[in-house]
Amino acid sequence: MNFSFTEEQKMIIDTADSFLADISTSSAIRSAMETPLGYDKAVWARICEEMAWPAMHIPEEFGGLGLGGVELVAVLEQMGRYQLCSPFLSSACMAANALLVAGESHQCAEYLPQICSGELTATLAYAGINGGHDSSAITAAVTKRDNNFVLNGNYRYVVDGDSSELLIVAARDPKSVGDEGVSLFCLSCDALGVKTKWLPTIDQTRKQAEITLTNVILGRDALMGTQGDGWPQLEKVLDLATIAVAAEQAGGAQQVLDMTVAYTKERQQFGRPIAGFQAVKHQAADMMVAAESAKSAVYYAGCVAHEAIHGGPLAGELNEAASIAKAQCSDAFFANASTAIQLHGGVGFTWEYDVHLYFKRAKSSEILFGNASYHRERLAKKLLDQG
Amino acid sequence: MQLSFSPDDEKFRSQVAIWLQQNLVGEFAQLKFRGGPGDEHMYSRERKQWEHKLAHGGWVGVGWAKEFGGLGCSIEQQVIFNEEYARAGGPGRVGHIGEGLVGPTLIAFGSDEQRKKYLPGILNGSEFWCQGYSEPSAGSDLANVKTKARFDEATGKWLITGQKVWTSLAHESDYCFVLARTDPESSAHKGLGFFLIKMDQPNIEVRPIQQLTGTSEFNEVFFDQAECDARDIVGQPGEGWKVAMGLLGFERGVSTLGQQMQFQNELDQIIAIAKNNGTAKDAIIRQRIADAHVGLKTMRYNSMRMLSGGEDGSLQKEALIYKLYWATWHRDLGELAMDVIGQEAEVLSDGPYELSRLQSMYLFVRSDTIYGGTNEIQRNIIAERGLGMPKEPRVKG
Repeated sequence: MNFSFTEEQKMIIDTADSFLADISTSSAIRSAMETPLGYDKAVWARICEEMAWPAMHIPEEFGGLGLGGVELVAVLEQMGRYQLCSPFLSSACMAANALLVAGESHQCAEYLPQICSGELTATLAYAGINGGHDSSAITAAVTKRDNNFVLNGNYRYVVDGDSSELLIVAARDPKSVGDEGVSLFCLSCDALGVKTKWLPTIDQTRKQAEITLTNVILGRDALMGTQGDGWPQLEKVLDLATIAVAAEQAGGAQQVLDMTVAYTKERQQFGRPIAGFQAVKHQAADMMVAAESAKSAVYYAGCVAHEAIHGGPLAGELNEAASIAKAQCSDAFFANASTAIQLHGGVGFTWEYDVHLYFKRAKSSEILFGNASYHRERLAKKLLDQG
Repeated sequence: MQLSFSPDDEKFRSQVAIWLQQNLVGEFAQLKFRGGPGDEHMYSRERKQWEHKLAHGGWVGVGWAKEFGGLGCSIEQQVIFNEEYARAGGPGRVGHIGEGLVGPTLIAFGSDEQRKKYLPGILNGSEFWCQGYSEPSAGSDLANVKTKARFDEATGKWLITGQKVWTSLAHESDYCFVLARTDPESSAHKGLGFFLIKMDQPNIEVRPIQQLTGTSEFNEVFFDQAECDARDIVGQPGEGWKVAMGLLGFERGVSTLGQQMQFQNELDQIIAIAKNNGTAKDAIIRQRIADAHVGLKTMRYNSMRMLSGGEDGSLQKEALIYKLYWATWHRDLGELAMDVIGQEAEVLSDGPYELSRLQSMYLFVRSDTIYGGTNEIQRNIIAERGLGMPKEPRVKG
């Protein structure tokens, strides 16, 4: 047993750290978040070309590097620390994983290399206008006409939904409910009948959109897997995406701690740094407990995610590991970000200081793919309703 | 990251499991899941016999180097031993202070003579130790010990006078290691000595402390010119603090996964009760049970990180947070247990004060966040050593 990073993984982390320190500065985040796109295209091109992050966990046959789930969460943690504005979560973690888990080989062969190289951005849309995170959230309908599929319905809270070129969508057979009758399709955002609308959000560093499909006609080649049997695959994709967000949250929880420690060591009141007061130290200590625990849960989930895709004895723990990580990291990031504002005092309340960016990201990340209560209830079902 | 154990380690695991299965039987079967914090007062005589059995099987000193009579096991194997021991319901170890603290301290700081004199009794499960650190005025501020050690030129012995408190198993112990002031003019960390003292002498009195559980496993120990041989001071007079702190560093957390297995047993009991009495349908209880589950899993991942890092034995960040984390988690579990049991939680199985295991746990966990460094001291340590925040100001004088 060795639950620590290898030398190679440490190198990947260090490289990510210094690259992000350079490109995801406070002013870079602020200019990116003010654009409708939400990220800097030139920076995204560098991320794809120089760092090859979207290619990291994609198998080599599809133009990827074939690295594992641990490398992925480790880099996501750094992205969370620097609050990187990019389509990485939507393209690499949501859409690419959907292709890996559910895609036909011709779909993988067509889209994955383009996602790896950065030529194509993509996202996943599943929940209807009432939101939700399980199969009941899917409300868009699919019917068959001749040899084609016809999709109708609305999606809300779609990450990067207004800017992604490839859409992977979930739709259900008429009259189906729950886990039954769910299918996945891939389509271009330019397809006839697709309308996307940007939703302004409190957290400006991650864009959301509403998507409406009106009589969108798709051929057989757009279907992923078997019609009506898509939920188990989608659930797996959502669990993987949940772990990805949790990894970002763990990084965020650490970053606001570092910012707070640095600030309280500098800020003087009563003739000494406020970091010397127990009322401050003890809150910082609790932040460290939260941040370290968040990381532990995410590293474990990263190992599980890897085996869920590539096979291994931990594969069956995906559901549980995702929920544990998301519950732990959602609470940790939000608690740490709130404490960070408190311990920064008045300046923490200003637009100028960066703390509010993390505070806002903490809440939006918490909501994304289910907050801590949602995931605890998911665990409670396993613990209490079976046997 | 490699989450599984090597084939050799798995072989070791099955050896341990088989031995326990074959030996924790007969007269020892009643000891399963007994003893340990909160239940330390139970079966002490039988548990000493079990220590002897364990020693005979070669399972004492698992982590000690072979040259000192140990098994020389790796960290992984020590973890495995503790895990299997807990899984089998191995009774709380009466010998853990000798094996886990005194042995490693003598190996690191003791003289050859001291090792020859004391290590065999620990290894063969015949001699038991207790810890004389805390005093009425030296709790969190451990360096404030007032117990005095005076060297008597006439007899060539140290004479120890003072009071220790919160001494677990003092009445069951053959020896006590004591931190005492060798220089009466000194204060704080300076001028202390680390003494190995025989308990069976007229100048030592042990008085049990009745806890809020109604039971006693902690004691007050009074020393009135108690004798200690000149050869039984570890290190030099004045080096006591160094030895005492070194001792605390020997707890590398190998027993943490075993401890978590006991926690898992408690949580499983609570879940079974919740399913049975319908509280499993209560939305708030569901959240709390799931939260306890998340907390315990995370505790496991934290300790796996702790055990994987720091080949040099240095304390990692994960080690700094460990005590605060488990103590707080366990305290919350006690409250959850009572809330799940409901009205019946108040009712005792028998008078005058016969507590069930969960009732006893609920009361005893109030000490978890106090002993071995209170939560408040833990937060100071985390802030100062983990985050580099300024140290607490000390009053000069």
